[in-house]
Amino acid sequence: MKISEMAQQLGWETLIMPDPDVEVTGGYAGDLLSWVMGRAQAGNVWMTIMTNRNIMAVATLAGVSAVVVTEHAEIDGEIVKLAEEQDINLLRSAQPTFETAYAVGKLLEK
Amino acid sequence: MSEPIQFHFNIDGEDFTSAGKASVQVKKLLRQLSFDADTIRRVSVAMYEGEINMVIHANGGQADVIVWDEKIEVILADTGPGIPDVSLAMQEGFSTAKENIRSLGFGAGMGLPNMKRYSDDMKIDTVVGEGTTVTMSFTVPEG
Repeated sequence: MKISEMAQQLGWETLIMPDPDVEVTGGYAGDLLSWVMGRAQAGNVWMTIMTNRNIMAVATLAGVSAVVVTEHAEIDGEIVKLAEEQDINLLRSAQPTFETAYAVGKLLEK
Repeated sequence: MSEPIQFHFNIDGEDFTSAGKASVQVKKLLRQLSFDADTIRRVSVAMYEGEINMVIHANGGQADVIVWDEKIEVILADTGPGIPDVSLAMQEGFSTAKENIRSLGFGAGMGLPNMKRYSDDMKIDTVVGEGTTVTMSFTVPEG
C-alpha cells in the first residue's frame, strides 16, 4: 500500500509528503533512536512521539517510508522544513502510538 | 584493489541537534556511487551512531570514509575522555549519557553494539584522557 493511501484511510494529518507513492512495508514503533535505527526496516512507517531535529537524520538513515508523529504531538515548523529538504514524509496521528500501530497492522493485513 | 575514494568530515561537537549531517551525506554519496541498499544502510547507520557518540561524549571529532569497490572503511577519531572499560561500553543498555541527551531519544546504550552489529569488523583504540578512534570495516557483497 502507498503511504498516501494509508494516510488518507487512517485520517492522518499530512505535514509534508514529498514521496506519496512510496510503498509501506510494515511499521516500527519506538522513541529510542538507536533502537529505531537498529530495528526499523526500510519502507516501514515509523511511529513516535519524538519531534526533535534528530528524528529526520534517523528517518533518512533507516530509510523509513514515513515518520508518523503520534498523540498529535507538537511539531516545530523547522522540522517540517527539514523533512521537505530531506524528502521525508512527515505525518501526524491524533491517536496514541498503540492505536496508531494497531490501525496500521489491520490495514496491512487486508 | 582499485584506487579508493576518500571523504573527510569535521564533526561539530557544539551542535547536537544537527548531529548526523556527515552520515546523511555519506548515505547520499554511497547512493551516487551505486552501492547496494543494504551496504549503504549498514555504513550510514553505524557511522551515525559513532557520530552521535563523538558529539555526546567527546565534543566532536574527525570522520574519514574510505571507499573501495569491495570494502568501505569508516574511521572516527576524537580527542575526548576515552572509554575506561570498553567491554562494559559494548554491552547493550549500558550508557553514560546524561538526562538531557536521553530526553532526545539517545543514550539507550545501543550505539556501540549497533556499530559492531552493522560493521563486519570494528576496532576501538582508546586512551583515557586522550581520546578514542573507532575503525569500522564493511565488506561489499559481490554483484
